[in-house]
Amino acid sequence: MLDVKGSEVEKLIADSRQPITDSPQKMAYDKFTILTSSAVPLPLENVDTDQIIPARFLKATERKGFGDNLFRDWRYNGDDTPKADFVLNNPLYSGKILVGGRNFGSGSSREHAAWAIYDYGFRCVVSSFFADIFKNNAINVGILPVTVSPEFLDKIFQAIEKDANAELTVNLPEQTITIVATGESESFDINGYKKHNLINGYDDIDYLQAMKEEIGAFEAARPY
Amino acid sequence: MSNQPTTLFDKVWDAHVVRKIADGPDVLFIDRHFIHEVTSPVAFLGLESRGIGVLFPNRTFATADHNTPTINQHLPVADPLSANQLKALETNTAKYGISHWGLGHQKNGIVHVVGPENGITLPGMTIVCGDSHTSTHGAFGAIAFGIGTSEVEMVLASQCIMQPKPKKMRITINGQLGKGVLPKDAVLYIISQISASGATGYFVEYAGDVFENMSMEGRMTVCNMSIEMGARGGMIAPDEKTFAYLNGREQSPKGEAWENAVAYWQTLKTDEGAGFDLEYTYDAADIEPQITYGTNPGLGTGITKHIPKAADVLDGAASYAKSLNYMGFAEDESILGKAIDFVFLGSCTNGRIEDFRAFASVVKGRKKADNVTAWLVPGSHIVEAQIQEEGILDILTEAGFQLRQPGCSACLAMNDDKIPAGKYAVSTSNRNFEGRQGPGARTLLASPLVAAAAAITGKVTDPREFL
Repeated sequence: MLDVKGSEVEKLIADSRQPITDSPQKMAYDKFTILTSSAVPLPLENVDTDQIIPARFLKATERKGFGDNLFRDWRYNGDDTPKADFVLNNPLYSGKILVGGRNFGSGSSREHAAWAIYDYGFRCVVSSFFADIFKNNAINVGILPVTVSPEFLDKIFQAIEKDANAELTVNLPEQTITIVATGESESFDINGYKKHNLINGYDDIDYLQAMKEEIGAFEAARPY
Repeated sequence: MSNQPTTLFDKVWDAHVVRKIADGPDVLFIDRHFIHEVTSPVAFLGLESRGIGVLFPNRTFATADHNTPTINQHLPVADPLSANQLKALETNTAKYGISHWGLGHQKNGIVHVVGPENGITLPGMTIVCGDSHTSTHGAFGAIAFGIGTSEVEMVLASQCIMQPKPKKMRITINGQLGKGVLPKDAVLYIISQISASGATGYFVEYAGDVFENMSMEGRMTVCNMSIEMGARGGMIAPDEKTFAYLNGREQSPKGEAWENAVAYWQTLKTDEGAGFDLEYTYDAADIEPQITYGTNPGLGTGITKHIPKAADVLDGAASYAKSLNYMGFAEDESILGKAIDFVFLGSCTNGRIEDFRAFASVVKGRKKADNVTAWLVPGSHIVEAQIQEEGILDILTEAGFQLRQPGCSACLAMNDDKIPAGKYAVSTSNRNFEGRQGPGARTLLASPLVAAAAAITGKVTDPREFL
């Protein structure tokens, strides 16, 4: 990840909250600002979380090692030998950006899917459409989900097909994604609060911790 | 209170907003939080590493279900990883003073079955759980949705969740469902019409004759599968049926508190003229028993229909071809008559007493096909007891079926209940994804009646033949 610490961007958005990377919190994630990387293409629709991480690998009580089983049944045969035709086993493709078809991350709410993607080394997933729960989970673990138009998604797939090393630049402060070789760019949406969290390495819990009194008063007024 | 017409969803959501963040999510208070053994251990680890506790432990309820065996539950759990998760749930709930209905507890069962049957789920509540089928509880007029583990930690720490308010969709089905057409068919029909992502970004309200006339069990089946159309959740306005179901349940309000609650719940309906971002309306007469033939819940159709051609489905051609290839099916084939190997009756979708009654109505006086392995898994011990009390167990036994013990079982196949590679299962569960019921397993989602007909004949069969 490109380090822009100290840049104007960071000065503008920093505040008094402490990033979780500075705490002993085990689930700390890398701050996200600007990422330029080659990308791994997965041009399939409805990639569900059962494919991203099958249920039989959800038995851990700690968050580690999930990357080994990312896309397990697409990636490995029953005897654990790699399936040569799956993209993660193709040495041509690598990078910190995963590009998927529409309705990426549908199905189960298992955050293990986002953990597996992060643990494998991805920091950004691009698609034309994300399932809601996956999108929340991704942001909560420090993965930026970037929603692009179907047309731009096609352009990205074409760029990668033309050159497996084609780079994309994802600029979170500016909310843009660019195909480096052609300069083609599109802006993406993210709400200001979540953007602020990702750039600073914050999460929701520290925000809510500061609201305890307000929450306590609210709770006391609930009928049940 | 403004006089502006308001939706059921807005009434419940707005009553729970603790704070609105500009250009950000709402801070939403959560009345009830369910946890289970699979998605909670890391959340508790997070609390520990932050050095914080559980803010309102009496608002969280734990049950073990996802990863539990469905036979010999009195014995130690053989898989050490599964046993470890169950132990973690026991330890964590004891440490923080959270109610825990673990394996062997008389109230143990699938989280979305035991919550309602014990009156923990009530109208007008906000309810979350680290499980996408939390949408089930929307049947009671609650806003209920699935969350990830970071959010489980968030709710434990603060009893709140940070969510942008979703858009609103209403799905109306008028008329009367035909003979042999169950709530499962109604919801599979909707998903086949709008696709597995048709409601992504929305919260759904189900309205119209069909849902008004539906039992609470049926409403739970429908709301359960809201997530399979991409919706965060789905809900149905509470009515006399809802109140009758809840009255007297263990944790339902009692006495004056009950009267006050009902008075409030009666206001929980969408006002005439309230706006939705998107509406769909269907006619019950168009719905026949449904079955899926592909690898997402949107790839389903009427049981008498043929598998559609690629041009006629909403999914892209490459994904559709991959899906049919996985299933071993081809375009334009008849689904009726396809040989099947397994039948699964159970899950948070169809593991309730009505589902067992429906299944029994078909198998009564008939015999299970020799080539079919059938797993019948009640959603809870309370359902299990009802099955015995009503004489359903005798009917099932007579027909050559056995009953297993409660749990999520083959719905997600985390335990040993896995459909073998290449085998076909007619399943009353909620997902037909590749490998969902075991690596290489091929799932056809259907109602308990369709499952029963398949169990008797060993092939996909229209259950209306037996009614």
